[in-house]
Amino acid sequence: MKAAGLFLLFAGFAIVMSALVMLSPNAPRGLFIAAGIATQVLGLFLIFRAHYTQSEGH
Amino acid sequence: MQMQPATLNETATAICTLCIFLVPLAAAGLALVNTGFGRSRSAAHSLLSAMCVYATAALVYLVIGFALQGYAGEPAHLLSAGGRQWNLLGAGRWMMRGVIFNGSTLSLVACLQLFSVGIAALIPLGAGSDRWKLGASCASSALLAGITYPIFAHWVWGGGWLAQLGALAGCGTGVIDAGGSGVQAVGGLTALTIAWILGPRQGKYEASGMAIPGHNMVMVLFGCLLMMVGWLGLDTAGALLFAGASVSSLALIAVNNVIAASASLVTALIVTRVRYSKPDASISANGFAIGLVSISAACSMVSPAEAAAIGLVAGLIVPFSVEWLDRVGVDDPSGAISVYAVGGLWGVFAAGTFAQDRPGQWMAHVSTIAALLGFVLPLTYCLNLLLNTFYPQRISKDGERQGLDMSELGGGAYPELTQVTKDYLSR
Repeated sequence: MKAAGLFLLFAGFAIVMSALVMLSPNAPRGLFIAAGIATQVLGLFLIFRAHYTQSEGH
Repeated sequence: MQMQPATLNETATAICTLCIFLVPLAAAGLALVNTGFGRSRSAAHSLLSAMCVYATAALVYLVIGFALQGYAGEPAHLLSAGGRQWNLLGAGRWMMRGVIFNGSTLSLVACLQLFSVGIAALIPLGAGSDRWKLGASCASSALLAGITYPIFAHWVWGGGWLAQLGALAGCGTGVIDAGGSGVQAVGGLTALTIAWILGPRQGKYEASGMAIPGHNMVMVLFGCLLMMVGWLGLDTAGALLFAGASVSSLALIAVNNVIAASASLVTALIVTRVRYSKPDASISANGFAIGLVSISAACSMVSPAEAAAIGLVAGLIVPFSVEWLDRVGVDDPSGAISVYAVGGLWGVFAAGTFAQDRPGQWMAHVSTIAALLGFVLPLTYCLNLLLNTFYPQRISKDGERQGLDMSELGGGAYPELTQVTKDYLSR
């Protein structure tokens, strides 16, 4: 689950980068950037959840 | 596309040099804070670790870090995408061979960075308190000073793509991070990965376990005051070198620093007073520190009232962040993750929010947050996990029970205190 979380963190960054590189300033880049950050929040949630489950196991 | 480096006149150079010489006080304060929040049986180890980590970071940064970080106008590795050149990494000469120490702007940047990387390397020590081996902390700081810090600092301070987002993608003037909220967040995110990898201290989350308070709150609070002096130097020098501030704006930077830290401290004090019926010294100290961290990015471009608002929100964040991390099983004895990671991210966001006069500026700052979470955090986690595979970073159970002073150094910080003789180890 931690690996998936890390992947989502990177995926969110990739979405933000793609918006900056591929879209013009007139396009709705804000939406893509918000989507990227939301993906990262989901990734963080997964990592913290995995860590918590692991700590409980110990 | 290359950014033009800042040029300072003689007066600005002299003032900037003086400010840079204040920065080591921030490291001294941070070392005291980390030590005070730890246990008494690991106090000497904590301060020695601080010195060793600082030394390791400085040496590694000298050898490779500054070459990778570079500076605006210096050679860099570029990537072509979308018809534009994205400045990814410095291409300087190793061992700072390209720097001539004659009072040039580049020499001031090299000097400031040498101190700044030490501060970033000290931050994770607080999260790994009481269970992080000396050798492992040095090795981890080498990874930070040689890889993660220079890459991100190049993006923000070295004329990299985040600093150029204005020209590249129409995002205001690109990210502005005068004193380095984002750069301090690199240290905070490394602290988070260290806390994940090391796991909690023994007894922290057992059914019969109790809270493990810091052993010397005087040390913590005095450390915070020292940090303020160091942070004044860091923010003023950073604003002169990286944010295009002039000497006439230094008073504003100093006022903003003090106001943000004060607002944050008072807010944290009130929140803990309301929640726990008495003010909590440790969270209040963290409140003071997070105020300094969160104003760093915007220190030269906001009014004192806005600085107070940034500090107020930071002071609101820190008690809940410390509590939440504790609840989800992340054992961070000094609150380093809340102060430097959360505070740093908030500082970057706040700088973008308060720079409303520049269209699209917020996008540059949110992209910086995305880079910290999506690049720096996974990279530093993988690097430290790899290090942990070859060299386990956590001390043995017996070593942790005896305390790191005894198990790693063979002698305690406070020999007058009663010790259980069987805990002594032969050297």
